[in-house]
Amino acid sequence: MLVSLDKETLFGDIHKEFPTHNGHRNEVSPGGAIIYDSALRLKAEDIGRPDVNLYPIPYVEVLVGALKESGHDKELSKFQVMTNTVAFGASMALVDYDFNEVAEAIKEGFTGRKASLGDLNVKAARHGYDYVKANFKDGFPYKLHPVNSDSKRMLIRGVQAVGIAKFKAGCTFQTYYPITPATDESEYLEHHEKQYDIVVVQAEDEISAILMAAGAAHAGVRASTSTSGPGFCLMAEGLGWASHTEAPGPVIILYQRAGPSTGLPTRTEQGDLQFVLHACHGDVPRMAIAPGDVAECFYDTFDAFNYADRFQMPVVVLTDKFLASSYRTMPIFESTNLKIDRGQMVKESELTNGSNSGLYKRYAFTPTGISPRSIPGMAGGIFHTTGDEHDEFGHITENSENRIKMMQKRMNKLELANELIPDEKKVNFFGPPKADVTMVGWGSTKGAILDGMQDLEADGIRCNFLQVRYMSPFPTTAVTKYLSEAKRKVLVENNYTGQLGAWIRQNTGIAMDYRVLKYNGRPFSQNEVFEGVKDVIKNGIREVVMAHA
Amino acid sequence: MLELKEYRTKVHNDWCPGCGDFGILNAVQMALFELKLEPHDVAIFSGIGCSGKTPHFVNTYGFHTLHGRSLPIATGAKLANTALTVVAVGGDGDGFGIGAGHFVGAGRRNLDFTYVVYDNGVYGLTKGQASPTLPKGLKTKSMSFPSIVEGINPLAIAVSAGYTFVARSYALDVRHLKEVLKSAILHKGSALVDVLQTCPTYNDINTKEWYSGTDLPTKAPRLYKIEETGYDGTVKDPNDAKEVDEKKGQAIIRSFEWGDKIPIGIFYRCEEPTFEDLIANRMPAYKQVPLVKQSIQDRDVTSLFESLT
Repeated sequence: MLVSLDKETLFGDIHKEFPTHNGHRNEVSPGGAIIYDSALRLKAEDIGRPDVNLYPIPYVEVLVGALKESGHDKELSKFQVMTNTVAFGASMALVDYDFNEVAEAIKEGFTGRKASLGDLNVKAARHGYDYVKANFKDGFPYKLHPVNSDSKRMLIRGVQAVGIAKFKAGCTFQTYYPITPATDESEYLEHHEKQYDIVVVQAEDEISAILMAAGAAHAGVRASTSTSGPGFCLMAEGLGWASHTEAPGPVIILYQRAGPSTGLPTRTEQGDLQFVLHACHGDVPRMAIAPGDVAECFYDTFDAFNYADRFQMPVVVLTDKFLASSYRTMPIFESTNLKIDRGQMVKESELTNGSNSGLYKRYAFTPTGISPRSIPGMAGGIFHTTGDEHDEFGHITENSENRIKMMQKRMNKLELANELIPDEKKVNFFGPPKADVTMVGWGSTKGAILDGMQDLEADGIRCNFLQVRYMSPFPTTAVTKYLSEAKRKVLVENNYTGQLGAWIRQNTGIAMDYRVLKYNGRPFSQNEVFEGVKDVIKNGIREVVMAHA
Repeated sequence: MLELKEYRTKVHNDWCPGCGDFGILNAVQMALFELKLEPHDVAIFSGIGCSGKTPHFVNTYGFHTLHGRSLPIATGAKLANTALTVVAVGGDGDGFGIGAGHFVGAGRRNLDFTYVVYDNGVYGLTKGQASPTLPKGLKTKSMSFPSIVEGINPLAIAVSAGYTFVARSYALDVRHLKEVLKSAILHKGSALVDVLQTCPTYNDINTKEWYSGTDLPTKAPRLYKIEETGYDGTVKDPNDAKEVDEKKGQAIIRSFEWGDKIPIGIFYRCEEPTFEDLIANRMPAYKQVPLVKQSIQDRDVTSLFESLT
């Protein structure tokens, strides 16, 4: 159903040299509906969609009727914006939605001194609703009825799932520099600061943001920063320092947007995977996890804090604008079984105990590479740390043997993480073990791929889907296992170069057979997965670029 | 009983003989000792440069960070554990060049910490290039030409940025420096101590002899103590906006005095609520228990989920 408020919605901004879109009328499915303003005086032929139901509604006239009821009909210019509520009410009538629910939803949006506007908007919606009921035969076949559900459902966005995970994980220090689309998360955290004792600091830039968080992590709290690609560019040196000094964090949430540079700042892309894996000079161990949906945003963010403490390195949670901002209805996440693990720490009593006193080594060589950490303020726990290569006490040294051992110690922690974290967390596999097509993807394309799979199945193409969730450490064994059994491997990615495909090949030697890519700043749709995969399979085209707006 | 030696480490010091850094290092250790601060309750942060090695020589928690980035890391650590005494040290290139944005940002917050700048007009570790405080038109020995860019005035910037304690001292006057450092550490709020410092290897202009005025007809030292001229930089009533403005103004004017006479001492001091105080105004728990001591186990988030149903 398309609810259009103006002509551009229907026909696009085609008068411009480079239109943003060519009219949403083209995107309505056959049998669907278009609601529009009858004041536009459009004939059915103008709209050019004989296969959809048309509902012309005199928006202003209906609104005036609503305003009259409360004596505001002389103030039309002030309230004209409410024609959108008229249209909204009309759309709800078409699907037979319970108007009481509509009224409640509207009122929720107008609280405090705006409450009276809420009542006015309810009236506008009511008049739109009634107009449809009175003037159109009930020809629209799609209806919305309440769903009976055993569990309570939430309306939740990615930024909220990440934020709540941070509270659950005991993150008490968050930094940020304002940037779209990451800032919403920091604002959400700040809003609840008192409830969860979290200090949210707006830094002077992203260099400072990551380093404040690294300093706080070294000082013993769970610390985090959130940003988007341009901000992460500035964080590269801080990432290296945090990793080299084996800070227990920070956790960095990276909401990708279309780059490079300012790119398409309000749109989505999966263009930062390779950057996250390689940011900073030198060999820098870091973890990187890419949740595929809003629920995974919650669980992966929670886990990230445990990993930061256990493996003493920065952890990047790599998501994107699409997941950050999209609302999803989901059952309440199970959170009571999530346990905090602060990793290996020393106790003050051990440090001050006679003979050990003064001998604490913050960077002690151990079989795993993990050195139990102290926290500033602990008696006997004094340590030094530096971005220079250092000895076990954290003092600068260029000794060759020490350098080799320290490199191995730090890098080994990634191997250790790979051993300790089960494959079930690192990859998801959907569909039958044997299939004609194996789709390979990561992050926010998960939803579109799962939906597209059903369409492909219905079309007789048997498929399965490998979702890579952990990028570093890379689940080489699991990915190799699934891909060596795959008949035709189709990479689906929201970027130009197929960055996951390259990372898989680097780690496993396995190359993708086909690629379905999209890099116009828009997320994949279910149709595009279907069409793209069909194209490569049926026509044997090695690479298809999708372009739905 | 604490002894001065407990603030020293056994790490070998490779600064050049005669370097002003030694005076600053001694003054820092003496100030901590005289303030009876337990070494494990103190954290020292540095950037990159000769001064960057300072933490390795002081037996407190020590963070040798990135070039220009000591202040963000110090800020994070202080906010995580307000019980720590936080001192950041660094060169003028580190703090006023590559770290200038953080220098201003930290002042605006009025976080309770002390920033000690080793101000010698050159990038010593990279062999003597002009640093941000080198005056325009001067040429130190490894430069090919005199500098054609302005030198900055750190004190004036600090006052404007919001530092609530702004002072200048001299690396070779350890007694004066130690006393200024003690006042700075005790001050609740962002404190800048700009330490004029000789670099015997690369700055052949602002030498020990130059500061002693041996080139002047009077042979009188260039440095003099500002308070001995009746100057008082302390704001009596922080709520009196007029007094605050006047004190800031006089501090900035005196900070530009340079040449045959150079003032040292406390230029500006004002007790204002710190960043931590203002956080605690919104979150009372923050004042009572440092973040790092708060329990984070088994936090309940069900109410947040419920609010979305």
